[in-house]
Amino acid sequence: MVPFAGYAMPVQYPLGIMGEHLHTRAAAGLFDVSHMGQAELVGEGAAAALEKLTPADVQALKPGRQRYGLLMTEAGGILDDFMVTNLGDRLFLVLNASRKHLDIPAIEAVLPAGVKLTPLPDRALIALQGPAAVAAIATLAPGIAQLSFMGVGRFDIAGVPAIVSRSGYTGEDGVEVSVPAEQAETFARALLALPGVQPAGLGARDSLRLEAGLCLYGNDLDETTSPVEANLVWTIGKRRRMAFDFLGADRVRDELDNGPKRLRVGILPEGRQPARGHTPVHARGGEAVGEITSGGFGPSVNGPVAMGYLARHAAADNAPLDLMVRGKALPGRVAALPFTPHRYAR
Amino acid sequence: MAELRFTKDHEWVRLEGDVATIGITDHAQNALGDVVFVDLPEAGREVTEGEACAVVESVKAASDVYAPVAGRVVEANAAVAENPALINSDPTGDGWFFKLTAVDEAAIAALMDEAAYAAFLETLA
Repeated sequence: MVPFAGYAMPVQYPLGIMGEHLHTRAAAGLFDVSHMGQAELVGEGAAAALEKLTPADVQALKPGRQRYGLLMTEAGGILDDFMVTNLGDRLFLVLNASRKHLDIPAIEAVLPAGVKLTPLPDRALIALQGPAAVAAIATLAPGIAQLSFMGVGRFDIAGVPAIVSRSGYTGEDGVEVSVPAEQAETFARALLALPGVQPAGLGARDSLRLEAGLCLYGNDLDETTSPVEANLVWTIGKRRRMAFDFLGADRVRDELDNGPKRLRVGILPEGRQPARGHTPVHARGGEAVGEITSGGFGPSVNGPVAMGYLARHAAADNAPLDLMVRGKALPGRVAALPFTPHRYAR
Repeated sequence: MAELRFTKDHEWVRLEGDVATIGITDHAQNALGDVVFVDLPEAGREVTEGEACAVVESVKAASDVYAPVAGRVVEANAAVAENPALINSDPTGDGWFFKLTAVDEAAIAALMDEAAYAAFLETLA
């Protein structure tokens, strides 16, 4: 167990990080991600209000659909990355544990009278991820198998009322399930009893998301990084890119027009040695061009993988790099993300 | 086979003749998790007691391995460089890290024996 954003979190279960990672890619891993912030936004104009803070197209989000987006700072940095779901009569939000204390007041500050944000600290969040995940949970609630990627529905699962989204943060097919906290243990044990399901901890969650090229707030995103630098322009709705009517839009527009100074890219170290977060990156045989923000060993890649921010001129595909690990230059290259192909249920 | 001596940094030492073999303990490999890479010292390097002279990288983190006593590196274990999982499967056998010569035998004898190390681990629990 380790402290994480004020929560005691398991790094690994008996299978170990490597085993849990590989099991999730082969069958199904169960992750307790209840530390993440859940909240609902209710009232006329909730979507339009939220759009003041995010460049995602929230108003076009249909009932029963979920979307990944960014919350912005006034300076055009990233306040947080989050998931927003249209539940028909309300918007349902999932925020990072380490950022929810900042997100909540920032959202409240842009709400008009009649729109109310309610944090849901009494809800737990369980992720079941992997190619066998949906088939397994669908034995308890067959309708879940009908959801498409980023589809959301309400289901009764083993007697527990649940909000199920066909999404996750591992690059695999799977679901994230919001349930009342007092029923979370019963619910998790019911899932763990299904064939092919093994518990997985923070360690495997980190290596899975890294191989999938997905950002971790605090490592790969922070208030200094912009959506353009983070290579997350795809989260900005087309309509939003015409109107630029969100917080921090000036910087985003400038970087779209003139290019960002730096860019988040995949980085593949050559050989077996991992290059971890904060490793300085140089052009091969040349000057410093950036830094690794997440790096480690990718069990499915069976080798080291990393991502980081490089000066734009140094960020071309396959550009040769020196990764300065403990004072020695470890050769690496700019590499396409993700390192393992996404296998979502499109 | 000679008995093992232990450090508070979870290295073990086995003195056979005038060569000391060094590795990390079962407790250490268990805490690190799956080892994926080791950086070993080159033969001929002179190390001082407590000097960081190898690095072990697991899926969790990178950790230094310290020389339990001063000496000169005579050999690094090519087998663990090739297959770091040996450190998990056989930490006090095939998973050794490096061998030192020109060591002070009294300094090795002054390290913890197995019972003292077990008692030390109890204080960490």
